[in-house]
Amino acid sequence: MPDRSNLVYRYDGTYQGFLCCVAQCFADKGLPQAVQRWEEPQATLFPLQGVDTDLDLAQRVERSIRSKASPEALRWVRDGFLSCEAQKELLLIRFVLLGYKYGAKVTGLTVQPDVCALWKTVRAVRNEAHCYLEFLRFSDLGGFLVGELAPKNTVLPLIAGHFCDRLPEEDFVLYDRTHAMGFFHRRGGQREFFHADSIDLPAPGEEEQRYRALWKGFYRAIAIEGRRNPKLRRSMMPLRYWPDLTEFQP
Amino acid sequence: MDELLKKLEVLTDAAKYDVACTSSGVDRPGRPGALGNAVKAGICHSFAADGRCISLLKVLLSNDCAYDCAYCVNRRSCDGPRATFTPEELCRLTVEFYRRNYIEGLFLSSAVVKNPDYTSELMLTTLKKLREEERFWGYVHVKAIPGADPRLTHALGLYADRMSVNIELPSQKSLALLAPQKSKEKILAPMGLIRDGIKENAADLARYRAAPKFVPAGQSTQMIIGATPETDRQILALTEGLYRKYQLKRVFFSAYMPVVSDRNLPARDTPPPLLREHRLYQADWLLRFYGFSAGEILDDQHPDFNPLLDPKCNWAVNHMEHFPVEVNRAPYEMLLRVPGIGVKSAKRIRAARRYAALDFDALKKLGVVLKRARYFILCGGKSISPLPMDNPAVIAGAVSDRGFSPRELAPPEQLSLFAPTKEDGVKCLTGQI
Repeated sequence: MPDRSNLVYRYDGTYQGFLCCVAQCFADKGLPQAVQRWEEPQATLFPLQGVDTDLDLAQRVERSIRSKASPEALRWVRDGFLSCEAQKELLLIRFVLLGYKYGAKVTGLTVQPDVCALWKTVRAVRNEAHCYLEFLRFSDLGGFLVGELAPKNTVLPLIAGHFCDRLPEEDFVLYDRTHAMGFFHRRGGQREFFHADSIDLPAPGEEEQRYRALWKGFYRAIAIEGRRNPKLRRSMMPLRYWPDLTEFQP
Repeated sequence: MDELLKKLEVLTDAAKYDVACTSSGVDRPGRPGALGNAVKAGICHSFAADGRCISLLKVLLSNDCAYDCAYCVNRRSCDGPRATFTPEELCRLTVEFYRRNYIEGLFLSSAVVKNPDYTSELMLTTLKKLREEERFWGYVHVKAIPGADPRLTHALGLYADRMSVNIELPSQKSLALLAPQKSKEKILAPMGLIRDGIKENAADLARYRAAPKFVPAGQSTQMIIGATPETDRQILALTEGLYRKYQLKRVFFSAYMPVVSDRNLPARDTPPPLLREHRLYQADWLLRFYGFSAGEILDDQHPDFNPLLDPKCNWAVNHMEHFPVEVNRAPYEMLLRVPGIGVKSAKRIRAARRYAALDFDALKKLGVVLKRARYFILCGGKSISPLPMDNPAVIAGAVSDRGFSPRELAPPEQLSLFAPTKEDGVKCLTGQI
């Protein structure tokens, strides 16, 4: 495929929309100059090309990545799409094209610049998701649990399954402040993602306050004074997670 | 103040010197009607002010001990607050903390209340309630109490994911001196029992899928470093023996914190030997993941670790005949022996070189840190070592750890009127009387 044309793609920002951008590259016989979302300000003099989202086409593209590259490559694409990086779409498109070219070994070509860049992006997303498995805290607000997070990447789809498996008998809500989206789970298995600019929560009750105090007490008591090591703690538990951690609430 | 909070603080304070706080070793999906699951890699939920991970609710069931071990804060003759959880309290705490994602499960240990059998029964009651009534399906680590009836220890193992027996001190002599009520036999007996139980269980599970699981995440142990005069070599040999003979998952080391005064123990103001503990853990990793044997790491001539060099660098500069290695061709086992290349880097190199010849830029892209490795590797026959490679001492200087204060390396000594001075040393050399 020839190197980039001077087109700028605009799509709706969904994963399916992105897959259609991949198909559009084949229709245009060239890579775009850039890929933008519809809501981004139109600050370019290059000609624009709107890409419509077609679910059937998206499914075909996804199937082709799985069969022509590998299921592992598809996992990279899915997780990479959750990244917060600017211009991740172009990177992903280049990776998919490499996948068509090299087949299953594309995920092993970690010294190739595009593959290496995506590999690092995917790692960053998965690392952040793992951090939220560790540092997410729920509050019991009268029978249902609420956990708030403020991640850089859209990690909610990666962590929701873990909590559904872990708390099958609980009603809980996960709310991502950065991306204004959430997830709720009801006992019995009903689950759904939702968009909300903010959520209203009742104030924590007495029982909740008591367990918070107990946890803070435990956290204080478990540290050995003679081994104090704030630097190590900060490197294992970066400061940006602290505002939502119960143990650091006043 | 909340009665339970006070109790929790006392019993956490008493348990904090226990090192193991891992929730790893078993993958168990959740199930309807129960609370929790387990993840093989383990999940840490917080890090305490000392930088150690908090994965489990680590508490003692009771600190009301009948024993009198010299190094222990909970010994009978020590004056301090005593408390005991009821099974209900502990179950409630575990479940409520777990629901809020504070913890990954329970780490249940206990002082010896009355006698080992009575203590084990108390622990068994608690675990039974937690698993059967509260339907808690998360991780449970439980301590076996040396000297308890083998049937009780076995019953505990059926409710736990991991069990551990503390070996406490690295030799029988130290044990006799500091923990007169414990003995090597008493400690090793439950360890052997758990090992055999796991082996038997593996055979049962192969035959019946629904056989009850016994200690599925294996067993671990820990010992105190620096309270007694054993050399690093003895400790490491013991560690290797424990891995081989008892198939332990982990051996933990705990730098001795002088919390009590005793004539057989280091003085109260001795700083904990943290650097030594660190070196032991480094060596422990070499044993478990890098294919080293204890004899390679330390030998009779060098019974203690070099404080300035980590054990792997130390081995490498003493065996320069194996280096430099060619990154594109060296076997995985040899890559692992290069200072600065860990398991992750070695695996990445092994995967990437299948598709392309690697140069130093490619290594950087893979995230391999060359700070130390550059002295020991070649890429396509080229070296980027900035130093001549013919003198191992030069390389040792370049790869050594810096930034230690003299206090950490050589603890200050009590001044004496009669101790040999620097001048005495000079006089001795020149033959002057």
